[in-house]
Amino acid sequence: MKPADVAVIGGGPGGMAAAIAAKRAGAKRVLILERDSDLGGILPQCIHDGFGTFIMRERLTGPEYADHYKYLVADSGVECLLNTTVLEIDEDRTILAVNPDEGMLTVKSQAVILAMGCRERTRFQLLIPGTRPAGVFTAGAVQRLVNIEGYLPGKRAVILGSGDIGLIMARRLKLEGVEVEGVYEILPQPSGLTRNVVQCLHDYDIPLYLEHTITMIHGKKRVEGVTVSRVDAGRKPIPGSQRFVSCDTVVLSVGLIPENELSEKIGIMMDPVTGGPLVDEWMETSNAGIFACGNVLNVYDLVDYVTYTGETAGQGAARYIKGQLPERHPVRVNAGPGIRLVVPQQVTPARVVDPFSLYLRVEEARSNVRIAVKSGDMIIARRRERAVKPPEMIRLIISPERLKEAAEGEGLLVELVDEGGAAR
Amino acid sequence: MSKRNTSLTCILCPMSCMLELTMEDERVIQVSGNNCKLGPAYAEKEMINPTRILTTTVEIEGARISRLPVKTQEEIPKSMILACMREISRIKVKAPIRSGEVVLENVAGTGVNVVATRDLH
Repeated sequence: MKPADVAVIGGGPGGMAAAIAAKRAGAKRVLILERDSDLGGILPQCIHDGFGTFIMRERLTGPEYADHYKYLVADSGVECLLNTTVLEIDEDRTILAVNPDEGMLTVKSQAVILAMGCRERTRFQLLIPGTRPAGVFTAGAVQRLVNIEGYLPGKRAVILGSGDIGLIMARRLKLEGVEVEGVYEILPQPSGLTRNVVQCLHDYDIPLYLEHTITMIHGKKRVEGVTVSRVDAGRKPIPGSQRFVSCDTVVLSVGLIPENELSEKIGIMMDPVTGGPLVDEWMETSNAGIFACGNVLNVYDLVDYVTYTGETAGQGAARYIKGQLPERHPVRVNAGPGIRLVVPQQVTPARVVDPFSLYLRVEEARSNVRIAVKSGDMIIARRRERAVKPPEMIRLIISPERLKEAAEGEGLLVELVDEGGAAR
Repeated sequence: MSKRNTSLTCILCPMSCMLELTMEDERVIQVSGNNCKLGPAYAEKEMINPTRILTTTVEIEGARISRLPVKTQEEIPKSMILACMREISRIKVKAPIRSGEVVLENVAGTGVNVVATRDLH
C-alpha cells in the first residue's frame, strides 16, 4: 500500500493545478494518478489558440498551456503514476488502481481530489436512427485523429451540434482540405462561444443551420449521407422539411458529460443540474477530505476556470490534512430566477479567506441585466451585464468580508434582474 | 463623407464582446461595447486588414506521436491562410524539437515564421 497526503485523480489542467497548489500549500506527498501515457488531459490535441487569456494574459495553444503546467508539476516534486486507471475510491480514501507495471495497486491518501474531467456524448445517447456504418465520430475523436495521429476521418463531413469542439473541428477539417457541408444545431442559437462561430464558421464560409437536426444516418459499410430536417419549437422534426445530404463522415459535437462514475461509487452528494459533485468554497465534496475540481463539477468553457478550481481544491486539500479547515456550517447557494446553475453549490462563510468565485450559467440569452447575489433582503454582490448567453459562463467574485455579512444560516440566492433597458 | 454603423464580434478572448462601430468612409471613427482596451484596436484592424494566428500540425519523425502542433508566430493576413497551409503541409521535421523552435521561416512570403507549440522528444 502506497501512502500519500494528497492523491489527485486525473492529470489534465484541473488535476495538474490542484497537485501544484497542494504541494505549494505544504502537502508533502502529492500524487497524480493519470490513465493516459502523459499529463495534459485533452489539451495536447487542442492545437488551436485562445487558452490562458485570463491566467497568462496571452493566447496560448492547448499544447503550450499543457506544457507550462507539466513543467510546473515536474519542478514541484509532485509524483505521477501514468498509464494508471483508478477503479475505486472508498470513503476512507483508499484508492484501488491498475497499471501495466504493478498490476493492481492501492494508495492510502489523507485527502483525495477528483479531477477526472468529462467525456463526449455519443450517437447512442442521442438515439439517431439509421444504419451503423463506419464514419460516425465524436468531435474529440476526430480532433485526436487529425492532430495527434495524423489521419483525416473522410472527405466530406457533416457536423451535428455547434459545441465548441465541433466548431473548432469544422475549421480544422476545412483547412486540411475536407469539404465541410455544414453545421446542424437543433437549438435556435449556437451552443459554442460566439467567437468560435465567428472565427471558425464565418471566416471559412461554413454554413450553420439552426433549428435543424439529423434524422437518419445512411450507408452500409461507410456513411453515404444523412437526412437532415428542420425542427419546431419543441425540437420535433417538421414533416416535409427533410433533405438528403451526401457525406462520408458525421462529426458529433453534442455535449460533454462530467465523468463521475468514481464519485458516485464513493457515495458523495451530486448536483442533478450540473451532473457533478456538490462542492463548497474549498471545492470540498459532501465527504470531508474528498475534493473535486474542473470539468467533473460542470463543463467549463474556459481552461482558466478549470485551473482556478484546481488551485482552490489543492489549497483546500492541503489545509484539510494540516487540520486547518474549520468545521463546516454550510448554507446553500441557490440558482434563482434566470440562472440555470451555480458552482459551488454551498458555502460556509466563516471558512472563506480568499475572494470567493461563483461560476454560473444563465437559462437564456438576455440583454441589459443585473446579476445579484442575495442573502435574505441583503445584496452581497451584483454585476451589470450588457448581454448574457447560456454558453458563456459567468464568474462572479465576492469578497470574504461581504460574504461574512450574509445572514447566518440563511442561504444565498443568485438571480438575474432586468435593468429595464436603462443605460449604465 | 458618409457615416454608417456596423457591428462586429471581438474574437480576442472568450468574452466575445459585441462591438458597435461607427464608420466614416472606410475608417473606424468610434467603437463601443468593448469591455477592455483591446477592442477598438481589434475593430480597426478587422475592418481594414483582418489577420489571424494560424494553428495546424506538421509531420514529425522519431517522436511517440506522428504530428507536431505548430502556429504562426504572429498573425498573418486572413487572405493568406490557405497559401500558408499549402506550404506548411509540405514540411517534415525530426524529433527532438522544442516548443517555440522555428520549423519554417517566412511562410508564404508573409514575413512570419512558423514555430512548434509543443516539446517532443
